[in-house]
Amino acid sequence: MNTTWSRFNIASLVVGFAFLYLPIVLLVIYSFNESRLVTVWAGFSVKWYVSLFHNQSFIDAAWVTIRVGLFSATVATILGTLGALAMTRYTRFRGRLLFSAMIYAPLVMPEVITGLSMLLLFVAVGMDRGIWTITLAHITFSMCFVAVVVQSRLVTFDRSLEEAAMDLGATPVTTFFKVTLPVILPAVVSGWMLAFTLSLDDLVISSFTSGPGATTLPMRIYSQVRLGVTPEINAACTILIAIVTVGVIIASIANKQREVQRARDEQAAARN
Amino acid sequence: MKSLGSFRRKFAPWNDPEAKPFIAIENVTKKFADFTAVDDLSLNIYNREFFALLGASGCGKSTLLRMLAGFEEPTAGRILLDGQDMRGIPPYKRPVNMMFQSYALFPHMTVEANIAFGLKQDGMNKADIDTRVAEMIKLVKLERFVKRKPHQLSGGQRQRVALARAVAKRPKVLLLDEPLGALDKKLREETQFELMDLQMKLGLTFVVVTHDQEEAMTMADRIAVMDKGKVMQVATPAEVYEAPNSKFVADFIGNVNMFEGMTENVANGKIEIAVAPDNMLIRTDATKTCSVGQPVGFAIRPEKIRISRKQPADATFNSAYGEMWDIAYFGDMTVFHVKLDSGRIIKAASLNAMRTVEDPFGYDDKVWINFDTDAGIVLTA
Amino acid sequence: MQRLISSIASRLVIVVPYIWLLVFFLVPFFIVFKISLSEVAMAIPPYSPVFDLSAGWTAFKDSVSKFSWDNYIWLTQDPLYYRAYLSSLFIAGVSTVLTLLVGYPIAYGMARAPATVRPTLLMLVILPFWTSFLIRVYAWIGILKPEGLLNQFLMWAHVIDTPLNILNTNTAVFIGIVYSYLPFLVLPIYSALEKMDYSLVEAAEDLGCPPIAAFWKITFPLSLPGVIAGCFLVFIPAVGEFVIPDLLGGSQTLMIGKTLWNEFFSNRDWPVSSAVAVILLLLLVVPIVLFQRAEARAQESEK
Repeated sequence: MNTTWSRFNIASLVVGFAFLYLPIVLLVIYSFNESRLVTVWAGFSVKWYVSLFHNQSFIDAAWVTIRVGLFSATVATILGTLGALAMTRYTRFRGRLLFSAMIYAPLVMPEVITGLSMLLLFVAVGMDRGIWTITLAHITFSMCFVAVVVQSRLVTFDRSLEEAAMDLGATPVTTFFKVTLPVILPAVVSGWMLAFTLSLDDLVISSFTSGPGATTLPMRIYSQVRLGVTPEINAACTILIAIVTVGVIIASIANKQREVQRARDEQAAARN
Repeated sequence: MKSLGSFRRKFAPWNDPEAKPFIAIENVTKKFADFTAVDDLSLNIYNREFFALLGASGCGKSTLLRMLAGFEEPTAGRILLDGQDMRGIPPYKRPVNMMFQSYALFPHMTVEANIAFGLKQDGMNKADIDTRVAEMIKLVKLERFVKRKPHQLSGGQRQRVALARAVAKRPKVLLLDEPLGALDKKLREETQFELMDLQMKLGLTFVVVTHDQEEAMTMADRIAVMDKGKVMQVATPAEVYEAPNSKFVADFIGNVNMFEGMTENVANGKIEIAVAPDNMLIRTDATKTCSVGQPVGFAIRPEKIRISRKQPADATFNSAYGEMWDIAYFGDMTVFHVKLDSGRIIKAASLNAMRTVEDPFGYDDKVWINFDTDAGIVLTA
Repeated sequence: MQRLISSIASRLVIVVPYIWLLVFFLVPFFIVFKISLSEVAMAIPPYSPVFDLSAGWTAFKDSVSKFSWDNYIWLTQDPLYYRAYLSSLFIAGVSTVLTLLVGYPIAYGMARAPATVRPTLLMLVILPFWTSFLIRVYAWIGILKPEGLLNQFLMWAHVIDTPLNILNTNTAVFIGIVYSYLPFLVLPIYSALEKMDYSLVEAAEDLGCPPIAAFWKITFPLSLPGVIAGCFLVFIPAVGEFVIPDLLGGSQTLMIGKTLWNEFFSNRDWPVSSAVAVILLLLLVVPIVLFQRAEARAQESEK
C-alpha cells in the first residue's frame, strides 16, 4: 500500500474537513457571543446557556427527548438484533425477500413518508398521539439501522463457536446468550448508540407522530429556528453536539484501547 | 512370518469377528441440494480405536464428521453409537465432543472458563467442575495460563485448550477436525505424539479428519481413505501404504511409480507383466489372482527401486536402462529421477545412511534400475 | 422440552421483527393509499370515509365504493404538484452529482492516507453524521444569510462589494444537501477504495499506464459499487427532503417533501398529502429496489 501523502490528497482532505467542520465550529463559537445578533462578535459570554437553563419549555422538551431516546433505542436494539439474526442465520424462509426489503427500505425512505404513514396508522387504530406514538415510530425506523450494524458483524462471526457450544451440551438458547451475544456485543452496543442518536436528532417523524404535550428538543428548536437565528438555539445545539461528540469520542477511544491491548497481548502470546 | 510394516500396538478388534463396532455407519448418504457429499458409505469404528478419515478437500470427510457430531443429519442411512441410533439427537445431547479446526475457543472466556463450559452445561456441581478443570489443565500442561483469554495464547497453547475442553466431559468419542492443521511443522510433529499418548491415557475413541497423510499414518490405528464421498480403503497405515487396493489409493498415499501392462504368464505364485511402451517385463509375487492376457496395473514405491551403474545380473525382468534426469536431495534421503529410453521418468529413492558417498550419481549418468519380485504390487482396480 | 423451547425461540427470531415491520412499516403504506382515495371532511380524523373494521364486510364494501381518484386527478391538474415532483428529482440529482464531486476526493484522500491516521480520519467523517441533521442545516443559515459570515468574509476580502443573495435560493439547498449527506457518500466509497489492493495500480503503471489513466481504468471501476451505493443513499432521501428546502430554500424552491408537509400541517388536507406520498413512493420504488438489491448482493459476497 502506497502511504505517501500526495499534495492532491492533502488538499482534498483539508478542504473536505474544513467544509464539514467549519459550520459546526462557527455555530459553537457564536453560542458564546455576548450580542443577540448572531453574526456580530461582541465578546465572550455564557449568558445564553444560563437563559437556556431557565427556559422551562426547553427543559421539558429535553426530558421528552431523552425518555423517548432511551426507550426506543433499547427496544430497537432488541428487535434489530433479532432481525439481523434472522437475515444471517435463516437464509431460506417464506417471505425473506419482503423481510430484507423492509429492513433496507427505511434506511433511505424519505422521512415525510415514514412520518405520514405512521401517523395515519395511529389514527386508524384510534391511538392517542403523544410520547408513546413517537417512541413506536422511532423504534420502527431505528431498528433497521441496528439490524444493518449487527448484521455486518454477524457475517464475519465464526459459526464454529456456536457449534462448539452446542457440541459441549449447550442448547441453542443457552448458546445464544452465553456465546453469540457476548461476542457480538460491541456491535449491539454501537447499534444502540446509533438508535439513540437517531431518536435524539429526529425532527420530521416526531413532528408527524407527536401529539399535545409531547414536544421533543428538535421540534422545539425547529419552531424557534423558523422565527430566526438566536444565540439561545446556538447554545442548545452546542449542548447536543457536545453530548454526542463526547459520547462518540469516548466510545472510539475505548475501542482503540481495546484494540491496542489486544495487539499487545497477541504479540506477547506469540513470543512465549 | 513376514508382515507389512510395523505394529503400533497389539490392538486389532477389526480382525475379530466377535467384536462389536462402537460406531457403526450404515449406508449413510448426505446430499446438499444436488451435490452428494457422502455417498452410501458404511464404516465400523471400534472402541478405543484411533481412526483417521483421510482425503483431499471436498471428499466428504468433514461432512461425515459433522454427521457424527450431529451438526448434519444423514439424508439416508443411519449412524449407531454404542448400539444407539443417533438420528434426531441434537448435538448438545450426543455423548461425543469435537475439537474444531479453528479451535472455536470462546474469545470472551478464560482458559479455565472455556474448559469448564461443557461441564457447566451438564449441571455438574462447582467443586467437581473445579477438580475436573484442574485435572484437564494439568493434562495439557497449561497451569501457567488458566486466567488468560484465547487471544493471549500462542497457536500451540490454543490447540491444547481446545483439546482439554473437548475431552473434559469424558465423551465416548472425540472427533478431531484437522487438529494439527493450524500448527507449524515442528510443533505438529511433537503434538502428534502428545495426541497419541493422550488417547492411550484416557482410553477414548478418536476419530480424526485430516488431509495430511503423514499425520494419519503416524497417529491412526486405521485409516479410511476417502474420495468423492466414498471410502476407497480402510486399513492400517502399513497396509494402506504397502498394499493399496486400488490405483487411487496407491497414487494418493506417498509416491509411487505406476505401470500399465498386460499379464503374460501366471504360474507358481508369480505373475509376469509386459509393459509395452517401456519395453519392460515385470515379474512379481502374485498379490492378486489374475488370468493371462488381462490388463493390470503395477505399483512400486521409489524406495524399493535400486539404481546401479552396472547392468544387474539378470536383466530380463524388473530392470531398465536410462539416464539420470533429476536429483532431489532431501537430507535424510535423495530422490533420483531416471529417464528411460521410452521417455518415461522413474522415481527411485535412497536413504543417505552414510555422510560421504564414493562416486555419487550425477546428471546425465547412464544407469540401470532394478527391483525385487516382492517390491511392488499388482492392481486390478 | 428443551428442543421445543429452541424451536420456538428460533421461530421468534424471525417472527417478532417481521411482524413489527409488517404492522408499523408495511401496513401504514396501505392505509396511506386508502386515505389518498378518500375525501377531505371537516371532522376528526379529517377525511371520509373512515375505515372501520368493526362495521363489518358490507360497510367495508360500501366505503370502498366511495373511494375516488379525485385527489390524483387534482395532482395532475394543479401544476404546483408535478412541478414540485420534477423539481425535487432535479434538485436531488444535481445535489447527488455535486456530493460525488466533493466526496470522492475526500474518500480517495482518506484511503490513500497512512494506515495509522486512517481510523482518525474515518471518525472525523462519521462524527458530523452523529450530530443532528437539523443543527447542521441550521448552522448554514448564519453563514449564508445576507449579513451572514460568508458575505462578511467576502466583503472583508474585497471579493465582492454587495452581499450575495444565497440563502433562500436553490444554491443554498444544494449546499445544504451536499453538506448533510456527504458522509453517506464518503463512507461506502472509502470502504471500497480501502479494500482495494493498491498493487493493482502499481501493476497498471508497471505495464505502462500513466497515473491518471490508471485511476480511470483501475481505481474508479473498482470503487464503483461504493459509488453506486453512496449515490442511492444521497439521492433517495434527498428527493423527499423537507428540512433543507424549508430552512435554506426560498419561496420559489419547490420540493415535494415541503409540499407534503404544508398540505398536511397547514392545509390539514390529509387525503391530498397521502396522494402526494403515494406518488412520491412510486417515483422512489425503482431506486429503492435497486439499492436494496445492491446491498443484499454486497452482503452475500461478504459471506
